[in-house]
Amino acid sequence: MEQSLTDRKAFYQILTRKIMVLILVVSFSPMILTTGILVYRFNLTYTEKIQAHISELVQKHTQNIDTFLSEKLGNIRYLARQFDSKQQSPKIFLQKNLGLLKKEYGDVFTDLGLVNGNGIQFAYEGPFKFENADYSDAEWFIKASDKPFYISDVFAGLRGHPHFIIAVKITSNGSDYILRSTINFGAFNSLVENIHIGKTGIAFLINSKGKLQTQTNVGLKQSIIASMMDSDCYKNNETIFAKKQDALGNKYLCVTSRLKNIDWLMVFRQDLNDAFRDLWKTQLLALAIFIFGCIAILSVAFTLPRNIVKLISSADKKSEVMNKQVVESGKLATIGELAAGIAHEINNPVAIMVEEAGWIEDLFEEEDLTGSENFDEFKRALSQINTQGKRCKEITHKLLSFARKTDSTVNDVQINDAVKEIVSLTAQMARYNNVIIETNLNEGIPYIRIAPSELQQVILNLINNAIDAMEKSGGTIKIETKISQIEKNHLVISMEDNGPGIPKNNLDRIFDPFFTTKAVGKGTGLGLSICYGIIQKMGGKIDVHSQIGSGTKFRIWIPFQEEIIEVTDNDSESEIQGEKT
Amino acid sequence: MNRIKLLLVDDEKPFLDTITKRLEKRGMKIQAAYSGKDALVELENNKAIEVVILDVKMPQMDGVQTLIEIKNRFPLVEVIMLTGHATVETAIDGMKLGAFDYLMKPCDIDMLVAKVKDAMEKKRKHDEKIMEARMKEISGRMV
Repeated sequence: MEQSLTDRKAFYQILTRKIMVLILVVSFSPMILTTGILVYRFNLTYTEKIQAHISELVQKHTQNIDTFLSEKLGNIRYLARQFDSKQQSPKIFLQKNLGLLKKEYGDVFTDLGLVNGNGIQFAYEGPFKFENADYSDAEWFIKASDKPFYISDVFAGLRGHPHFIIAVKITSNGSDYILRSTINFGAFNSLVENIHIGKTGIAFLINSKGKLQTQTNVGLKQSIIASMMDSDCYKNNETIFAKKQDALGNKYLCVTSRLKNIDWLMVFRQDLNDAFRDLWKTQLLALAIFIFGCIAILSVAFTLPRNIVKLISSADKKSEVMNKQVVESGKLATIGELAAGIAHEINNPVAIMVEEAGWIEDLFEEEDLTGSENFDEFKRALSQINTQGKRCKEITHKLLSFARKTDSTVNDVQINDAVKEIVSLTAQMARYNNVIIETNLNEGIPYIRIAPSELQQVILNLINNAIDAMEKSGGTIKIETKISQIEKNHLVISMEDNGPGIPKNNLDRIFDPFFTTKAVGKGTGLGLSICYGIIQKMGGKIDVHSQIGSGTKFRIWIPFQEEIIEVTDNDSESEIQGEKT
Repeated sequence: MNRIKLLLVDDEKPFLDTITKRLEKRGMKIQAAYSGKDALVELENNKAIEVVILDVKMPQMDGVQTLIEIKNRFPLVEVIMLTGHATVETAIDGMKLGAFDYLMKPCDIDMLVAKVKDAMEKKRKHDEKIMEARMKEISGRMV
């Protein structure tokens, strides 16, 4: 029994685990796949989009700057062609043309100057007094001397604040001059500063040495800028998109594009967190949903199998109880048949004994034994044999009648008769245990349609339990039948003993199958459970009250049909009418 | 009054013997048979038998079968069934099949005697009626 119980527990555990694993696999795999694929694809697409967007922006600005530079260069080159030192004085030429340029382009050109081959600026027009300034050592001058034109890096120079120079070589009347113009740094800077994306997205220009060519609002360390320099950047004219990490560990996005006219790089820098904030927000949301889904699946996977298995186990238990009941009633039927056989076999010898005694009595009438001193004793002995024979007959008849009724065919039953029959059957056993059974069977209880043997089984069980409980001390069992005052159309059988009572802990469980307080092998723990089942089947109910030390009371309610009472009412009416007539 | 001629049928020999003695002592003429077949043979041989006391539970041919056979072949013989409690239903069946009454074992001898007498009276009245009817027929022919 215990073995099978642990077996079953293990089986239920395995079942629970199987269902759980199945739920987990079936729900997790598609969820993980779907979420994974979606997030991956979305990530990819979004990253590409951002990349494309930034690249395009940077490219466009690079072009803008290129255009700006080439336009300005074009202006200066045009001026240079116009210049003829013989026709007009250089001073007037510069004055006139700067005026024109300013008129046309606003404050882009700061000044104009003519420098001779020795680096002396012999003519100058602008806000500063740079006439006759010596540029022979200036870097731009040295570079510009070799090329037809040159655009310098940004430098502080003579005037002390950043600017850059466009210089064009002129060959006029056999000698070389250089026409130089300073570009207003503010106007140029604004071209680059216009690029601003998010919070940290900034753009700037650097030269081939890694020097910053524009002003930025954000203080950037030289080292950081240098770290952005990449040998790849100069290899081709393409826009390069890269993700890098700076010395502080911040990941950032770096887009570089090379200018065509000058050896400068357009660099766009944005923190990754900033650039992909929307993506990460989405990912966070997806993650939250995913985790929520996981929690939901887990909770279902842990609770559902348990509930299912609980249902299965309770169904199993029920069917087991049913099986036990079937077995039990089968056993009872077998016992009944056996009892019937034995009773019948005993009946015949008893009949013979009684007849023999009767025969002796007959013979006594013939003999004249009045004188014999033992005559009275003979008579007493014979009548005793007769009495005991009748007792045997009664017992066997009761056994037979009980045996015959161990079927569940429904009948109209008068419960008082059923109770009486059981009480007389158990009376002997009760006497051995010093138990007295008192009955208070009220008249006028209607017939009920039930299986009488089942009801007797219930009563027998309850009486046996009471006798078992009072085995040592002895006591009284009171059985009462009456029409219930509490439940309409119910009759009630109450059975009260004054035994030791049932402990409160056990009281809730006494109707549970397999619950027993008897020693192993003495009780199946099924008796009360079967009783409960039988009473339920009859549409009735059973309850129990118990007080430790003072006794236990079982009450059984069984419904009866109202018509039966009505019929008896009609009968009594007709009787009254009969009396009248 | 003539002695009642009775046939007792039971497979329990001791019971049968004792009850035979007791009934003979009460002025009846008893034939005993230990099985249904014996009973039929006895009835065949001895047409004077008026009442049969028949145990229901017997091996081979049981009481009910025997009863059917008796009623078939000797319709005027009255039968009293003797039964254990378990076979009250069969006793009732027997009465439906024409048995006069039934008794439960172990039975009180006085009750048995009373029932036998009732049965005999019924049988004799029945016989008388048959006789009367015959007489009428004969006298009618004479007229």
